[in-house]
Amino acid sequence: MAPLLEVKDLRVHFDTEDGLVQALDGISYALEPGQVLGIVGESGSGKSVSSLTVMGLTRSRNARISGEVIFDGRDLLGMSEDDMRRLRGNDIAMIFQDPLSSLHPFYKIGDQLIEAVRAHRDVSKAQARDRAVEMLGLVGIPEPRRRVDAYPHEFSGGMRQRVMIAMALINDPKLIIADEPTTALDVTVQAQILDLIERLRSELNTAIVMITHDLGVVAEVTDDIAVMYAGRIVEYADKDTIFAAPEHPYTWGLLKSIPRLDLPRDEPLVPISGRPPSLILKPPGCSFHPRCPYVREAHKRIDPHLAPTEPGPGGRMHHVACLLPPQTRRSLWAELQHGATPDDAKDRVTVPDDAVDPEVAAVDTEAAR
Amino acid sequence: MGTYIIRRLLYMVVVLLFVTALTFLIFYVLPSADPAALRAGRSPSPETLAAIREQLGLDKPLYEQFWLYVKGLVLHFDLGNSFVNNADVRELVLDRLPNTLFLISGAALPWFFTGALVGTISAIKRGSLLDRAAMGSALLAISAPVYFTGLVALYLFASDIGLFPLLPGAGSYQQADGFFAKIPTLILPWIILAAAFAAIYARLTRSNLLEVMSEDYVRTARAKGVKERRVIIRHGLRAAITPVVTVLGLDLGILVGGAILTETVFGIPGIGRLSFDAIERGDLATIQGTTLFLALAVVIMNLLVDILYAFLDPRVRY
Repeated sequence: MAPLLEVKDLRVHFDTEDGLVQALDGISYALEPGQVLGIVGESGSGKSVSSLTVMGLTRSRNARISGEVIFDGRDLLGMSEDDMRRLRGNDIAMIFQDPLSSLHPFYKIGDQLIEAVRAHRDVSKAQARDRAVEMLGLVGIPEPRRRVDAYPHEFSGGMRQRVMIAMALINDPKLIIADEPTTALDVTVQAQILDLIERLRSELNTAIVMITHDLGVVAEVTDDIAVMYAGRIVEYADKDTIFAAPEHPYTWGLLKSIPRLDLPRDEPLVPISGRPPSLILKPPGCSFHPRCPYVREAHKRIDPHLAPTEPGPGGRMHHVACLLPPQTRRSLWAELQHGATPDDAKDRVTVPDDAVDPEVAAVDTEAAR
Repeated sequence: MGTYIIRRLLYMVVVLLFVTALTFLIFYVLPSADPAALRAGRSPSPETLAAIREQLGLDKPLYEQFWLYVKGLVLHFDLGNSFVNNADVRELVLDRLPNTLFLISGAALPWFFTGALVGTISAIKRGSLLDRAAMGSALLAISAPVYFTGLVALYLFASDIGLFPLLPGAGSYQQADGFFAKIPTLILPWIILAAAFAAIYARLTRSNLLEVMSEDYVRTARAKGVKERRVIIRHGLRAAITPVVTVLGLDLGILVGGAILTETVFGIPGIGRLSFDAIERGDLATIQGTTLFLALAVVIMNLLVDILYAFLDPRVRY
């Protein structure tokens, strides 16, 4: 099957007064119809910029965008603003993080839904309103015929996010980009919204890109997961592989910092030390090296690139951008998985000093300079 | 809403009482301002002063004087007597009010719409030459006081002294007879008054709109595929203009209390001119009267703005 969305070597840089912000530095992924891709990363990793760029919402005078975004056989980056507008909200829709600030406070939600329909379909207000009521019912808003005339502030957070989902689905899009759809919600409501998204996907067969910083969220609903760091994808695999056999130290860090109910309660959480790097002045070599417990001298010079590696049990595909030799990566993860701290793991596994994975070490930045 | 308005009305009464007390204290009690001395003429005898004091009730205790003043104010809107030209201050204010209202009403709509339009275009074309030119001239218009721009305008365009005598000049308002005859004489003052405010409103609209255009709900509108023009007007401007309408209400309140500079420069006998003349002559009762009238106008406009806001922003429910 041809992919519905294919992103190839997408780069987005912004010219700012402080310098060139390298928000996206060559990411590639593909999504088939009805498939769910999770994009995971910290704030500033470029996960939101990647989705806004697919929507054509990062176009501005100071943005430099290159690469390819092929949706349904068409290149979105080369598309005119007007064609792009026709696509937005119709073929590709978006759900945002904070439903309170994402809905216009001055208009009834019915009017906002009607506007979404009539931006793309030549239907009467009454028809669009019927459609709005139908969608509100579908996403589980009680008494949709009455609630359609309410203002956003008259809804609870979870109900508002349902309204956003109804708005995204109202024109039967082929792809939905959900940017942290549960982050602003209470935990109990998060689960309801995820259930709703999962249900709607199986009923409507809509492909979803789910952007989140929460691996727990992607565990619920995704097929594939791309882990982003500093504007790049550092690990890309099917969900089972990411959770069972991750090979990037950053992914390990993310996994080890989730509280788990199936482990002893005194098991300490291991945070990833340090902060995400500045996207203006990225560290040379591997961007993660200042925070990586297993860093070697060579990693500070050599720029790792995403390369295929062995998928986990039952996995379909697995790509990773880590310079450690594959065998070392697997041994380290085995230690971590059995409860070792990064320091213990480092003691028990011999990390060779200058051996790097030749597949990953594509460019020596020091030498290139 | 009903209880809110009642609460606000009570609050208004308190504010007005406070302003009344303050002006009363300043004008009747401070030593520099003995009304009897002002009334009595040059070097009066102590007997004359005493007689005048008795006649004006100035010999009564202060609280009693204040009580009488407030009573007159509430029951008859009695603003006292101007001792300088021996006239009822209420009559003076009410006589002048139509002229001030005439001046404001002709300027308000142009300044609001020009300001909103220029501000919107500037915001959309942010950083462009057009934006910089508009904001530069707005800054000039804000910085130059009305008595300067007004005099320059007269010097350039007034029919009596102007280099390009296109429009009636200062003082022509009083000479013109009848409503329609007065309209052309107001064109220059309207332009000058409107320009000063339009500049402020343009900057206000621009900064509000820029802020609103980066709001999440504007991004949502774009993500829905709404046309950019509609995004700007229906989603951006609708939210950005609401605070500007509030400012308009307050500005109108202040101006009803007298557009002092414009009225003075162009010789329009409005409330502002009345205040100006009263200040020049030390006519305390009139100054007090116009001050109270200004307070009343501001407080009423404030209330109206708050009520209007509930209609503009559905989140506001009292």
